[in-house]
Amino acid sequence: MSYILGLKCRECGRLYPKGVINACEYCFGSIEVEYDYEAIRRTLTREAVAARPRSLWRYRELLPIDGEPTVGLHSGFTPLFRAERLGAALGVRELYVKDDSVSYPTLSFKDRVVSVALTRAKELGFDTVACASTGNLANAVSAHAAKAGLKRLVFIPADLEIGKVMASLVYRPTVVAIEGNYDDVNRLCAELSAKYPWAFVNVNIRPYYAEGSKTYGFEVAEQLGWKAPDHIVIPAASGSLITKIAKAFKEFELLGLIPKARTKLYAAQAEGCAPITTAIQAKTDIIKPVKPKTIAKSLAIGNPADGYYATKAVLESGGAAEAVSDDEIIEGIRLLGETEGVFTETAGGVTVAVAKKLIEQGTIPRDGATVLCITGNGLKTLEPLMGRLGEPVRIKPTLKSFEERLGDQLN
Amino acid sequence: MAVTVRIPTPLQRLTNGQGEVQCEGKTVTELLADLEQRYPGIKERICDTDGKLRRFVNVFVNEEDIRFLQGDQTAVKDGDDVSIIPAIAGG
Repeated sequence: MSYILGLKCRECGRLYPKGVINACEYCFGSIEVEYDYEAIRRTLTREAVAARPRSLWRYRELLPIDGEPTVGLHSGFTPLFRAERLGAALGVRELYVKDDSVSYPTLSFKDRVVSVALTRAKELGFDTVACASTGNLANAVSAHAAKAGLKRLVFIPADLEIGKVMASLVYRPTVVAIEGNYDDVNRLCAELSAKYPWAFVNVNIRPYYAEGSKTYGFEVAEQLGWKAPDHIVIPAASGSLITKIAKAFKEFELLGLIPKARTKLYAAQAEGCAPITTAIQAKTDIIKPVKPKTIAKSLAIGNPADGYYATKAVLESGGAAEAVSDDEIIEGIRLLGETEGVFTETAGGVTVAVAKKLIEQGTIPRDGATVLCITGNGLKTLEPLMGRLGEPVRIKPTLKSFEERLGDQLN
Repeated sequence: MAVTVRIPTPLQRLTNGQGEVQCEGKTVTELLADLEQRYPGIKERICDTDGKLRRFVNVFVNEEDIRFLQGDQTAVKDGDDVSIIPAIAGG
């Protein structure tokens, strides 16, 4: 059964049928899915959710599909855990990590959006799916489309980390590496989507795709014991994850699943690409595009589609934003690894380093429940870590060699 | 010779279904004025009531975002390609 009422422009309020459209045909504003919340309220209870399989589809009523889910049936419901050792290192009492570095099957939160997008793409009759990606999305589209038997093309900047390239190629998509940055990839895909009959998940079916990110927020609230956190630090590329986590808490509140949410949102970006942080710090809703230059390639979007909405969401929540240097990003990756045993990619390093900065500044207080959004896996972005994590101690296979090299560390 | 302007799908109804049209002008502003002359009604879809480009429209001259150039005063010449693209995409 469908809970989608239709589509609506977030700016001018024009209504559209639930087809293929990504921007308002009149004002180019963002298109949002409208749901029948009264009908949802009748079926989506805490008890009903708790009895369902542990996947992102346990919140199916709040996801924009008409029939049953067909893609990503094992995706989502990643661990949320109390990060006591990282909390102690950062000086906060109640810290949690929501860990999508182990998202099934492609090790980033993009499994969420793609599960929803491809289920919807099949419903809309597409046989070919595509995307503009900084890497993780290309991995997820390639893998899920392979499993779903869909044709697949992914478009990436030519200078991506090798791990992210291989983790697409293995699923046998057509990988198109574009000589340019992500914003060039994105512009070309916008033009291609007008010409070819493909579902570009983050272009022409983006309103459905983006809703998948809400499941990250739903899970955080459920796993905290059906309540929203006081503070949540979210990495920002297009800014969509920020707006959808905010929407997730609002929807749960509207449906009476959690008490009133007063969560403050914090945007995390790299200094080399911080258009959203810059706008938030200046308290303006004008997003000035930048030319990205950072090791956090998955966040290297200089012209963020949801920058305006993400900025508004953060400012309305009473939150803030920070940006960190490449060195701080690597330090963030190490800190999460050595305190919590989680190996995150550069975007996760940004989140940890920004959280550290905001806590040290006193912007995030030391006593609330704070969640860090870890959205991707470190094995995909090894290049910037080369020579930065120390080296193995190399020995001969003898007791003598072992004790010579490590003897003084053994006592 | 003239400037080639690529029209986004939602506006192609105003250009008789054409995805590309030819226009004249020395700047992006002049180009949009000429576009309006040829296809009445199109400018109000791209610009707000103050005549400024709408928040969710990006304009590119030869594949470069005009916000990295001189905005709507960016110069254009015969043979250039201009793209008008909805901003809500990607990420």
